[in-house]
Amino acid sequence: MTVIDAPRAQVPDELSPQRGRWHRVRPFLPLVALVVLAILPYSTISLPGIFEGPVNSPGTLQLLAICLIFGGLAAGYDLLFGRTGMLSFGHALYFAAGVYGTDILVTRAGLPLWQAALLTITGGTILAALLGAVALRTVGIAFAMVTLAFAQVGAILVARDFGGLTGGEEGLPLDVSGLPAGLVGVTNTVNLYWLALAYLTLVVFVVHRVSGSPTGRVLAGLRDDERRIGVLGLDPYRYKLVAFTLAGGLASAGGVVYVLIVGGASPHITSSELTLSLLVMVVLGGPGTRWGPVLGGVLYMYLDHRLTAFGTSDAVDNLPAVLSRPLSQPLFVLGTVFILAVYFFPGGITSLAPRLSHLTRSLRPRSPR
Amino acid sequence: MGTVILLTLTGLGLAALYFLVASGLSLVFGLADVLNFAHGLFLGVGAYGTWWAAGNLPGAGPDGFGFVFAVAFGVAAGTLVAILVELVLIRPLYSRTIEQVLVTVGLSLAGVALLQATWGADARPFPRPDWTRQVTGILGAQVPNGGLLLIIAAVLVLGAILAFLRWTRYGLVIRAGVENREMVTALGIDVRKAFTLVFAIGGAAAALAGALGGVYFGTVSPGQGGSLLIFAFIVVVIGGMGSVVGSAYASVVVGLVQQFVNYYGTSGLGDICVVGLLAVVLLLRPQGIAGKVATA
Repeated sequence: MTVIDAPRAQVPDELSPQRGRWHRVRPFLPLVALVVLAILPYSTISLPGIFEGPVNSPGTLQLLAICLIFGGLAAGYDLLFGRTGMLSFGHALYFAAGVYGTDILVTRAGLPLWQAALLTITGGTILAALLGAVALRTVGIAFAMVTLAFAQVGAILVARDFGGLTGGEEGLPLDVSGLPAGLVGVTNTVNLYWLALAYLTLVVFVVHRVSGSPTGRVLAGLRDDERRIGVLGLDPYRYKLVAFTLAGGLASAGGVVYVLIVGGASPHITSSELTLSLLVMVVLGGPGTRWGPVLGGVLYMYLDHRLTAFGTSDAVDNLPAVLSRPLSQPLFVLGTVFILAVYFFPGGITSLAPRLSHLTRSLRPRSPR
Repeated sequence: MGTVILLTLTGLGLAALYFLVASGLSLVFGLADVLNFAHGLFLGVGAYGTWWAAGNLPGAGPDGFGFVFAVAFGVAAGTLVAILVELVLIRPLYSRTIEQVLVTVGLSLAGVALLQATWGADARPFPRPDWTRQVTGILGAQVPNGGLLLIIAAVLVLGAILAFLRWTRYGLVIRAGVENREMVTALGIDVRKAFTLVFAIGGAAAALAGALGGVYFGTVSPGQGGSLLIFAFIVVVIGGMGSVVGSAYASVVVGLVQQFVNYYGTSGLGDICVVGLLAVVLLLRPQGIAGKVATA
């Protein structure tokens, strides 16, 4: 039997992706970014307007560290929302479990940090598995509401201060006397920054590996058509539970790092607003993409912190009150940008580059044939 | 005995508040499949509209007929905002459920921030008629009048919505749309008009809840809608999506459970019991007391 090679399909030039000048360098860009971020604390450049004080001042490093943490959290949340299509409104619960778990075990029980961290991450993962097992019996919007309700229980437990563990409305400052010396004090903020960077790297790595694995392809299938996955003989419930548990574990690990950076736990991290802002981060960045959620998380936290300063600046204060008052509310600006993003660039920040390149290409004068 | 009656009536007051918020949510979800996070915003607009009208609008005031006028203004403002939200923001995203949820999430963040920017984050004392501060003796229990007012309002709203759904043509369209939207569209009826109508009804009920909730709590603050909204969601799920009667039953159950357990158990335990109830209902009867199974 002879095999005749089918003629290759002709692909029009404009449909095949253009090889940019940088296509050889592109795979190494994340590595370069990681190295740049890792050596950033050694530089003393000051970027007026972007950061207060030089880059390696403790205040700036703390802000950067918080941004990195939320980049990692958003990437973990994207495992649920962007890659599996699960709209969870209770992700703050697992983050808060990480924060309060570590804080309580260190401050109230006096455990060493590594034991507290290990116990907390294990506990947070088990919590996610248990609650996910119940919540995943529902789908779609009902799932969103159930996760929201579970997270609300967490918020109530923290706010009502059962057994005097959580400190209620006032929060619980972290007892630093038992912590390793390298993680305590203003001068050691740089170590916390590196810890946050390590957390972000870990989350990006895990999410990348999972989404590239056969499991990840099943998750993408669940997002696109859950019934088809069922018809193929795979159990959607199990795969979703795996994704939910993994995302919950990653979030509680983020909480462990966060409590070290901030030096305590406060009840606002248990609120549903935190989950909503995670959702905003992912959508702004670009759900289901590798770097979109990270960018979205970093940018959101940065804007959330800096817009407060921007709102009290002279430029805004001199505007009429109708404009200056809403502009001094970071959430108003971010919420509005978010709504506009849903309408006008649904793929988030990462979809802007291809869109812009289409635009520039169509604006460029055509070469005569 | 007095305690039990007092708890029952205050629990029913709470239930009335939940019902006013949840009835609109449930109808909107049943018909248009929109999980409306901006519903708390309608509540806030109603509360602040009433508060503003009582202080600034000629003819309106904290007492007597002026108060009725102020509440009417607040409800009108809430309804208007709800209609605008549906026309401008929700309608272009017709049948794209996730995007609609995202837009309402953004709206709830931005809207609450806007209220906060305009009137400050602190709670403001709410203008209320003197008689709502007093108590009425019912079977040996001293029941606050604000709660009784809420119960009466909720019963009236329930009656009005049910009468509207049963005896008018648009009510028929809405009921049919909740059952099977495609079929209604196929019969040549523009369901989207009904969407706007349902948003208006929901917005009005939520705004009324805001105004009367202000009377009940005595203060008004930007974040008030958000915390009520979560319990309203729970009520909607327990009652069944798209069923007003189911919402009424569920809000009574939730309100009473919360009030009794919070009194006899630890404070806060009632809220947790309510979530436990939600989990039980979802496991045993996912479609709620009376409603369709929620899907994406």
